[in-house]
Amino acid sequence: MTEGIGAGELPAVGPPAAPPPAARGSRMLGNRGVLVSTASTLVVLGLIGLAIAASPGADIVRERFFSWDHLKESFLGTETSPSVVSAFMLNIRIFMTAEVIILALALLIAIVRSIPGPVFFPFRAMAVAYTDLFRGIPLILVLYMIGFGVPGLGLKYFSSMEDVTYGIIALVLVYSAYVAEVYRAGIDSVHESQVAAARSLGLSRWKSLRFVVLPQAIRRVIPPLLNDFIGLQKDTALVSVLGSIEAARAAQIYGAENFNYASYVIAAGLFVLMTIPLARFTDHLIARDRRRREAGFVR
Amino acid sequence: MSTPTIGGILVEGVHKSFGDNHVLRGIDVKVHEHEVVCLIGASGSGKSTLLRCINLLEPVDAGKIIVSGEDVTAPRVNVDRVRRGIGIVFQAFNLFPHMTVLRNITLAPTEALGIDKKEAEERADSLLERFGLIDKRDEYPDRLSGGQQQRVAIVRALAMRPNIMLLDEVTSALDPELVAEVLQVIRELAAEGMTMVIATHEMGFARDIASRVCFLDAGVVAEAGPPERIFTDPQEPRTRRFLQRIIDAGRL
Ligand SMILES: Nc1ncnc2c1ncn2[C@@H]1O[C@H](COP(=O)(O)OP(=O)(O)OP(=O)(O)O)[C@@H](O)[C@H]1O
Ligand SMILES: [Mg+2]
Repeated sequence: MTEGIGAGELPAVGPPAAPPPAARGSRMLGNRGVLVSTASTLVVLGLIGLAIAASPGADIVRERFFSWDHLKESFLGTETSPSVVSAFMLNIRIFMTAEVIILALALLIAIVRSIPGPVFFPFRAMAVAYTDLFRGIPLILVLYMIGFGVPGLGLKYFSSMEDVTYGIIALVLVYSAYVAEVYRAGIDSVHESQVAAARSLGLSRWKSLRFVVLPQAIRRVIPPLLNDFIGLQKDTALVSVLGSIEAARAAQIYGAENFNYASYVIAAGLFVLMTIPLARFTDHLIARDRRRREAGFVR
Repeated sequence: MSTPTIGGILVEGVHKSFGDNHVLRGIDVKVHEHEVVCLIGASGSGKSTLLRCINLLEPVDAGKIIVSGEDVTAPRVNVDRVRRGIGIVFQAFNLFPHMTVLRNITLAPTEALGIDKKEAEERADSLLERFGLIDKRDEYPDRLSGGQQQRVAIVRALAMRPNIMLLDEVTSALDPELVAEVLQVIRELAAEGMTMVIATHEMGFARDIASRVCFLDAGVVAEAGPPERIFTDPQEPRTRRFLQRIIDAGRL
């Protein structure tokens, strides 16, 4: 590296760059290692299973949480309660829509915040106020204020949107504040000598940002960004407070009707299934960046 | 003081402070077209600051800098246009690590000058060819040696076809065995008649290449003249002391 600046020096974002060695995969374990680790895993899981099965109340837990009939019924839905899986499609839709808007809006906020010069002071101040405000207010309050407050205003267009739309707006408002900070940390981590080099070649301030600073900044913040998106995926469930029937709400309906929690297990499983790929992808990127940095230092 | 020919640089009474640190205290330097002026002086004497002022990377507090006949310290001057005519190369290379060598070189010609991509690449290739870097064109900077990186940085500046090159200690971050290849490039530029201002600690090189040498001390040009005189018969006691230290350190 020409500069002593790496992603490892990002201020206060992302997990520490030390994924467990297991992330490197079985290549490092060797054949014998794979056998031993498989055996050991089976033994441990078996022991835990035995302990659970033998514990008092095991039957009732199995019936309330893992009853096969209830798992199936809540998964597929009944005449009186919606299918948790189809409701989960709404979570995915909310997530996808919000994510795209957040990525763009947050970048805009971060850029505004990094424009120097006294003329831009009011814009910078607005960006700072925005992030301070929306990082401070609990998401659920923003949901209430937008979802119940705005319709009550009787505005022509803004007061007659779908519940889901208000939910998405609230998620966008809150998460953009977080993501803008992540972007900003990335922008700040690009050494000023990079800007000096770009400007000295006669590139304008905007073009230096676009071609030199942002590509490096964004590359460095991808892992913490993905981390925030895992949070966003889960928080789509909160949109249910506005009446939208997404997976958590559908699970609740089923549970209340049948005095059974299998529906929650299904909903939880769906959320986990959605976040795992993103979590593994994040690990992969972190590991790749670390390998790159290490390779950069040997030269 | 006579005006330098079009294509040269005139620095007149330039002052620059960083907070309480009054770094440049009335600098006067004149560089004629096709001249190579070397700036020497102790660490912290303001060599880099002066070069950054000429390239408008730092605003001056007082004084005037005229580049190719234009007062670049005048208010409302278009800094991007001025910089396009001046190439600067830094001690730390400052290549863009996320771009290939080729893209590093073509970025400014395409984005700042609006030259089309194909032509910019042809220009880049011919420069790379000339400086023995053509086989590195698709590599990323961190795969190159320091000397190669610095030569790419020089090529990147040259791709803008500047009238003037400013070089700031371009060899001090390099291992000794890599210094020669970079100095050779600079010699070639000088032989072609490129107007250059070079801040350097390589006294032997300065003596070789300079049309004139300026010794900076305490924020002013303490002594200036042809290298034969500065290095063999300095008039100022300060210059003598500085050169004596260099000789004692075995660096001349
Ligand atoms: N951006 C800056 N902010 C504050 N002080 C600065 C800045 N740039 C330079 N200085 C100060 O200005 C003085 C001159 O620095 P400069 O880099 O111009 O010296 P130099 O002659 O190039 O030294 P060297 O030979 O070590 O490169 C130093 O005291 C330095 O600390
Ligand atoms: Mg310097």
